[in-house]
Amino acid sequence: MTNQEAIFEYCLRIGDTSLILGQRLAEWCGHGPILEEDIALTNISLDLIGQTRGFYDYACQVENKGRTEDDLAFLRNDRDYRNLLMAEQPNGDFGQTIFRQFLISSYYTLFFTALSKSNDETLAALAQKSLKEVNYHLRHSTEWMLRLGNGTEESARRMRTAVEELWMFTEDFFDMNDVDRILLQAGIGIDNSALRADWLHFAQDKMKEAGLLIPEKSFAIRGSREGKHTEHLGHILAEMQSLHRAHPGATW
Amino acid sequence: MLSTTEQELEKKFQERIDKGESIEAKDWMPERYRKQLIRMMGQHAHSEVVGMLPEGNWITRAPSLRRKCVLLAKVQDEAGHGLYIYSGTETLGISREQMLDELLAGKAKYSSIFNYPTLSWADIGAIGWLVDGAAIVNQTVLAKGSYGPYARAMVRICKEENFHHKQGYEILATLMKGTPEQRAMAQDSINRWWWPALMMFGPSDKDSPNSAELLRWKVKRYSNDELRQRFIDRTVPQAENIGLTLPDPDLKWNEERQHYEFGTINWNEFYEVINGNGICNKDRLKARRKAHEEGAWVREAANAYARKKSGETIAA
Ligand SMILES: [Fe+2]
Ligand SMILES: [Fe+2]
Repeated sequence: MTNQEAIFEYCLRIGDTSLILGQRLAEWCGHGPILEEDIALTNISLDLIGQTRGFYDYACQVENKGRTEDDLAFLRNDRDYRNLLMAEQPNGDFGQTIFRQFLISSYYTLFFTALSKSNDETLAALAQKSLKEVNYHLRHSTEWMLRLGNGTEESARRMRTAVEELWMFTEDFFDMNDVDRILLQAGIGIDNSALRADWLHFAQDKMKEAGLLIPEKSFAIRGSREGKHTEHLGHILAEMQSLHRAHPGATW
Repeated sequence: MLSTTEQELEKKFQERIDKGESIEAKDWMPERYRKQLIRMMGQHAHSEVVGMLPEGNWITRAPSLRRKCVLLAKVQDEAGHGLYIYSGTETLGISREQMLDELLAGKAKYSSIFNYPTLSWADIGAIGWLVDGAAIVNQTVLAKGSYGPYARAMVRICKEENFHHKQGYEILATLMKGTPEQRAMAQDSINRWWWPALMMFGPSDKDSPNSAELLRWKVKRYSNDELRQRFIDRTVPQAENIGLTLPDPDLKWNEERQHYEFGTINWNEFYEVINGNGICNKDRLKARRKAHEEGAWVREAANAYARKKSGETIAA
């Protein structure tokens, strides 16, 4: 695998994750618990899909086969998607959406901080821009996690359920394969598994403030690096790609 | 019967209106004026919020990433408009909760146009071009209305509506330059949305019970028919520009009047939809009720947490 090929794959992971998560958040549009949250979740969704476009754009450049951002988004199948398994998990209730956001945004805060020091200038710039947005996503989801975890008995119970539903997908964040090793060697990518300790520390602290505990026993589900997904992704793509695929070659 | 003092106050109030002064929340106003504004502004805010549903229906299926982002931004704007107008209405002494309760109980109205379904991507174009287009015609005038908080909200909102209008027109223009299927999609959409868009201005003023009073108070500045004509006059050339045919065989330019003539609007359909018999009336309210009910625990938790926090501050 060349550096270029590895960068392509790396961009897909990031771009796919933000696209799928953005798509999930867009499902909330018009259905939020209060109007302010309709705005906030739509806003986060918009940020995320904006990030996708940045990383896809770079992926297309390094691939240099004339593919466009829309080819990547709408014409790949689920096995070719590299998004974190966490991103495709269903919205569940508002608490679950918030907790999923907290987990991903806290990971991405560390990830983008590290990647912003990449010696690939484009990746560094994309990471810096994304980091600003992800910081806000993390603040938003953390505030809500504290509110819900410490709110009423019901909200605390729902948050505990969210932890049970989602925790098992966190190990998937930190897996590394050849792509990571090649890019780490070249000073382009980051040492992903090294983020785990800091992340765990941070997540544990904040969750504790929200009265939430990390499950003692949890079997880790992983596989996003190889495009092995849960059943949810197929449905997300079926919906997202349906119109685009129904009109091959059309301009929108 | 009004007491003498009230008669005098009303007289002074009317003088202020006639002089073009803007009425502010703390100023004295007739009870009817307050009620009418609460009704109008509430309806407007509800329309922004319910209007998120038909457009939200296509966000997850938008055919390109760029379109997805534009649509997300647009729907986010509409939520912001809702929020902004709800706050404006609260200055008149009604809470957002009360207004929402009325909406969910089916007592408050919202723009009937949102009871029509979005069946294709082209409908997103049609909504932007026609529905936001009609809203601009309405709101540009409302921005000069007598109640200050509402008028100022309209000034701010109109800027965003122009972007909504543009993106809708651009969607349709792109479709009309596309494949035969895309052109058919666009034309079909306009066939379905044109007449409901014309109905957005409301029935002819002679059949509109509130019009005279609202005009006198400068809450309204023009009649429904005048605004409808203004909308038609500016929209017909836009349709011609991109090759869309408006579904009205009677539509033609009248050189003498310098206006387009148009066919008869099916007011029967309008009243049916207003009274709950449109395709989506039930679904729209159901969706709003579901969001409200399923969000109850979130709002309760947020309140409980805020109480605990303020308790801590007081104790500290
Ligand atoms: Fe609006
Ligand atoms: Fe709008």
